[in-house]
Amino acid sequence: MGRDQWRAALRNPVGAVAAGLLVVLAILAVVAPILWGDAAEETDPAALSQGSTSEHPLGTDALGRDIMLRVLVATRYSLGLALLATAICVVAGVLLGVLPAVLGRRAGRLVTAAVNLAVAFPGLLLALFFAVIFGVGARGAVLAIGLAGAPSFARLVQTNVAAVAGRDYVAAARVAGVGRFRLVARHLLPNIGEPLVVNATVMAGTALLAFAGLSFLGLGVQPPAYDWGRLLGEGLDRIYINPAAALAPGVAVVVAGLAFTLLGESIAQVVGVRAVRRRRPPAADEPAAALARAAAEPDAVLVADDLRVGFPAPGGGWTHPVDGVGLTVRRGETVGIVGESGSGKSLTALAVAQLAPDSAHVTAQRLEVAGVAPLGRADAEVRELLGTKVAMVFQDPMTSFNPSMRVGRQLAEVTRVHERQGRRAALARAVDRLRTVRVPAPERRAHQYPHEFSGGMRQRAMIAMGLMSTPELIIADEPTTALDVTVQRQVLRLLEDVQAETGAAVVLISHDIAVVGQLCERVVVMYAGRVVEELPVGRLGAAAHPYTRALLASVPDLATDRDRPLATIPGRPPDPADRPEGCAFAPRCEFADDACRVRPGLAAVAPDQRAACWHPRTQPLDLALDAVPGGSCDTDRRWGAEGPPEPSVQGVGRLERVRDPLHDPTSDRGAGGQA
Amino acid sequence: MSAWAGNPWAGFLLRRLGRLAVSLAVLVTLAFGMIHLIPGDPVRAALGVTAPPDLVDARREALGLNDPIGVQYVDYVRSLFSGDLGISMTSGVPVSETIGQRLPATASLAVAAFVVVMLAAIPLGLAMAVLTRGGRRRGAELGFTSTSAVVAAIPEFLLAVGLVFVFGVTLGWFPVAGRSHAASYVLPVVALALGPALLMARIVRVEALAVMDEDFVRTARAKRLPPLRVYLRHVFPNALTSTLTIGGLLLSGMIVGTVLVENVFAWPGMGMTIVSSILAKDYPVVQGIVLVYGAAVLLVNLVVDVLLAVADPRSTIREG
Repeated sequence: MGRDQWRAALRNPVGAVAAGLLVVLAILAVVAPILWGDAAEETDPAALSQGSTSEHPLGTDALGRDIMLRVLVATRYSLGLALLATAICVVAGVLLGVLPAVLGRRAGRLVTAAVNLAVAFPGLLLALFFAVIFGVGARGAVLAIGLAGAPSFARLVQTNVAAVAGRDYVAAARVAGVGRFRLVARHLLPNIGEPLVVNATVMAGTALLAFAGLSFLGLGVQPPAYDWGRLLGEGLDRIYINPAAALAPGVAVVVAGLAFTLLGESIAQVVGVRAVRRRRPPAADEPAAALARAAAEPDAVLVADDLRVGFPAPGGGWTHPVDGVGLTVRRGETVGIVGESGSGKSLTALAVAQLAPDSAHVTAQRLEVAGVAPLGRADAEVRELLGTKVAMVFQDPMTSFNPSMRVGRQLAEVTRVHERQGRRAALARAVDRLRTVRVPAPERRAHQYPHEFSGGMRQRAMIAMGLMSTPELIIADEPTTALDVTVQRQVLRLLEDVQAETGAAVVLISHDIAVVGQLCERVVVMYAGRVVEELPVGRLGAAAHPYTRALLASVPDLATDRDRPLATIPGRPPDPADRPEGCAFAPRCEFADDACRVRPGLAAVAPDQRAACWHPRTQPLDLALDAVPGGSCDTDRRWGAEGPPEPSVQGVGRLERVRDPLHDPTSDRGAGGQA
Repeated sequence: MSAWAGNPWAGFLLRRLGRLAVSLAVLVTLAFGMIHLIPGDPVRAALGVTAPPDLVDARREALGLNDPIGVQYVDYVRSLFSGDLGISMTSGVPVSETIGQRLPATASLAVAAFVVVMLAAIPLGLAMAVLTRGGRRRGAELGFTSTSAVVAAIPEFLLAVGLVFVFGVTLGWFPVAGRSHAASYVLPVVALALGPALLMARIVRVEALAVMDEDFVRTARAKRLPPLRVYLRHVFPNALTSTLTIGGLLLSGMIVGTVLVENVFAWPGMGMTIVSSILAKDYPVVQGIVLVYGAAVLLVNLVVDVLLAVADPRSTIREG
């Protein structure tokens, strides 16, 4: 592992250059004093304090000695002293760092406190302090710089030791009665070697620069000996006569210091691979054989036709987690989108609301949201046009509020920006809306921070945020997933009430077909980035697509035999980068045959019901989910007072709860590079 | 009493001031101990081998070095409280007077550099974050990260020498030595501020990028807020915590970094004084200046901790 990392660091161009420089410096350190040591001491009374001449390319110093030779010869002393200081720093740091693990609890804590106190002081101050004690000169400066760096190195060792000390094998060794010293030597230190090597490399660079600093101040190397810092100090006095005398040693210090630092950093960076690159968007697809949807939907608040969302794929090309979705939502309608994690439902919603991550590329044959066609417009224009027409309710109310801003102000912001209301009027409305969503003591709550709210209350506040003006469309993306069951029910009821009062259309996205069945009039089932079935809630019992039927079968109810494992859908949804030709569900479908190698389009199987399947099922399902048309929400009756049964097998019924990395905008974190 | 106990702020401040007191006590003890840790006789070292023994003895007596160490420590602490930092061994001037003369030059340099760092780094870091979000403009990103890494790794005194060469010697735009009118501040401040500013801008950029991926920024975008408002109200305040922490570290570093920069620019501050005093083995002056630097660093840390507690309404003040 260690060797691989060094090798990988050398393949990285920065690492290779840094390592090459260090090799050159090492050779110079060995060779230069042998070749030019005497020549660099030679005084030339005929050429005192000269500028650049053919004989002395970088000029001469006050005694007529050649600057270039002196800079070259000083390599050995400068590097040697820096490495010596680094060695002292590493040894002292490791000792201080492992002491807490070896000593008893109280003494260990004392050492940690002392290290923490010392770390608070800048290294140079510590170095000056030690330089006073050890005296002016090379020996004193080596000790001073080594000891001044020790506390921060000790802190590093402590952190790494603490990380390893919690691991099982250390606990096992401790239980087995391995002594403290042996524990440190055999189990702790070997396992933190890598970060220590990296940091020691960086430390060598720091020590070199610090040493140059002390010598420059006159506190380090004393004449007649000389290192780069000393030469720099002498050269600075005559910078008007011969700038090279100051610049040459300065450049040498910078180059050597950077070589150590960059080598260390490139080793450290090898671990983290850079994120996906941004690419040109793909050329427009072939005009997809999308169904000629009834364009004339006069009362539609949302029309999407052949909606695609693409991301640059790691290996080149693009993947389309949303791959040709058609969706129409009429004014005041409640539509549920269901599907497993990875089916593209959340991303569809984000794309519709123009909130897809920056790296996503959204296209559609047609996209209209609240009468606005947002695609191809500038961000500012979309913002202006959509304004408050679309309200979003996100999955995780914990992370969806700004933690550093009071809840009331976050709500009021909507009114202040879009209606240009004053602060007080906007806040009054925020309090009013919090009351509407039944947040108790709304005046007080409005002045609190999100972390002072409970999860359910935060989700209600999120809904209240959407109600700050009158939205035409509310998109709720898994609004109840992060909440416990009783709170889930309250939030769903609230959404229902809001919908009834405002007449806004609601798109409810859920992996849980039971939740959708309670609230919605119409259900859209998505699989692998496409719509596979669309049907009224009342016809769920007559679901035609095998995938829809499998989702329904995996919902447990009171009648489910608890001794039998819950029904599952075998297999996993395909990776968006690697979808099968033809029907994407075919590999998991018991009815699949040769016909399924061609991709089926959505086709009517009954009035108001369309399915994308070559073998639509016609046999009615025995549904426990007694969804009533109109979406009346009656969880109490169905599940009794104790709430829904515990899902007894993981990943079943509820399907997957984990957020899909493909949809998760946080997944392109790290594109930012290191600090 | 109960009102105090119930207020997390009072508890936090008490704890934090307690820590400051302990740190100051350690600092004072170390400054006192410094003179005693020096191998051999510091007075003999200061006056030189040729000084007559009775002069050395008289000086030892005057400094109180012949008293038992416990008495010396008590005397030292007591005189500190009365503002007496001792008397210079070489010039005979009270140390507090020297510091009083030199401190303003150093402080103005450090403060000016800090202000420049903040004014330059935060907008630069935020702007770079906005420009390079979601992997945009890879070229600009690479240019920024590598340039800032290299420049930030060059120590201030070498930058200072480079600046002297370019802007003093070659172009003759700014004075290269001494402290007089505003122009004399330009090069020292730039030398001191450039590295920390770039370092800070990098941190601000990385932090802001991380915050931009947070769910609540998506919420802010869902509210269709203007981008400037999203960045300034929702992104930046949440990137502030680490900005402040780093800012504090940089400020302490810059306070001490003035030592080197002052010596390049012949700036009449404490940095020039401490170096010449160390060389002249004038230990009372060194002691006094180390105390001032150390106390300044501790105060900066205190201010940063308090600001952090104010900026982050969540956990900071509750933990120890």
